[in-house]
Amino acid sequence: MSPRPAAALPPFESVVQQHGVAVLRLCRAHVGAQEADDVWQETFLAALRAYGQGLEIADYQAWLIRIARNKAIDHLRAAGRRPEPVAEVGDDVAAAVPDVADPDASVWADVARLPPKQRQCLGYRYLGGLSYAQTAEILGGTAAAARRAAADGIATLRRQQQESTEQRTAEGSTS
Amino acid sequence: MTPGMHDRADTTVGDAAAEEDARHVAALRRQLVGAAEAAGIVDVAYRVVDSPVGPLLVAATEDGLVRVAFSSEGHESVLEHLSQSISPRVLQAPGRLDDAARQLEAYFTGRSQTFDLRVDLRRSTPFRRRVQEYLPLIEFGQTASYRQVAEQVGSPRAVRAVGTACATNPLPIVIPCHRVLRSDGGLGGYLGGTDAKAELLALEGHPPAGSGQGLLL
Repeated sequence: MSPRPAAALPPFESVVQQHGVAVLRLCRAHVGAQEADDVWQETFLAALRAYGQGLEIADYQAWLIRIARNKAIDHLRAAGRRPEPVAEVGDDVAAAVPDVADPDASVWADVARLPPKQRQCLGYRYLGGLSYAQTAEILGGTAAAARRAAADGIATLRRQQQESTEQRTAEGSTS
Repeated sequence: MTPGMHDRADTTVGDAAAEEDARHVAALRRQLVGAAEAAGIVDVAYRVVDSPVGPLLVAATEDGLVRVAFSSEGHESVLEHLSQSISPRVLQAPGRLDDAARQLEAYFTGRSQTFDLRVDLRRSTPFRRRVQEYLPLIEFGQTASYRQVAEQVGSPRAVRAVGTACATNPLPIVIPCHRVLRSDGGLGGYLGGTDAKAELLALEGHPPAGSGQGLLL
């Protein structure tokens, strides 16, 4: 049994309830939808292990996101992959998003292909719900740079989605 | 939670997707609880069970049942208190409470008159603990006065302290403090409210409050 904590931490249950979904989305941004579940489990298990052991947490979301990022890196390393996607898309990145029937799959594939900085900024901001200042705190750099990277990432995703839609339309008309 | 997060979530992820994610996380949460129990890092497990006296929160440490709480106490604040007084590693982990839930159901449906559960009374002061350990000796359908309990635990003058021990009983129903009445037959107080106390006594075949000598209530 742990000693009485210095600062009153809320029951861990409420931490899971409040942040479970955001962490899941973030895990998907890191490792793809298929393997996100494992990273989510590892993240909350590690968080629970540490919880209440003299821990002082100012920002729960940022704390969990830091753990999730480390677990995602561990996970990718364990799978024998590079922790960051390469600029050129290999089979491994495509394999991280195997559910082709999923209408979201093409978006996740596009997200996985973004340069690391853009992908992370997008993930923290839009999936994790962090502010640019918090994102910058985790990734290094300034809030403005994080904002810039996220905007670039969004622009790339828009263009790719647009292109794939056009491509599908073109294929449809020629067949 | 970051302010404005919900606004962003609404504009970036549709409601249907958000609902789907919430369901998915609920399933992940159940797996997490299993893994955490196996790793021995759930310091307080809890679940909520329905009963004729309203939903009851039941919570257990590794050592045994540590809390039964009426909804009038505010289950959220009871959990907060457990988090602060025992450990914040509090999870809704129904498996550990299977026995307690089964025995409560058997009690309320009249199939059982006693509880056989490990209890964790370590947070009670020594005197209160003495009282709380004595109370299960008052049998189903029987009652005792605060004065009688004081005599039984060897402190005949500690009548008020017995009242406090009953009022701070962390395991109402399982530790039957509802069987302790005033010497004049009046109900006395009850954490879950006197209605709940009267209902539990009625369940045990005790004349309802208001009949005979209970008129003053």
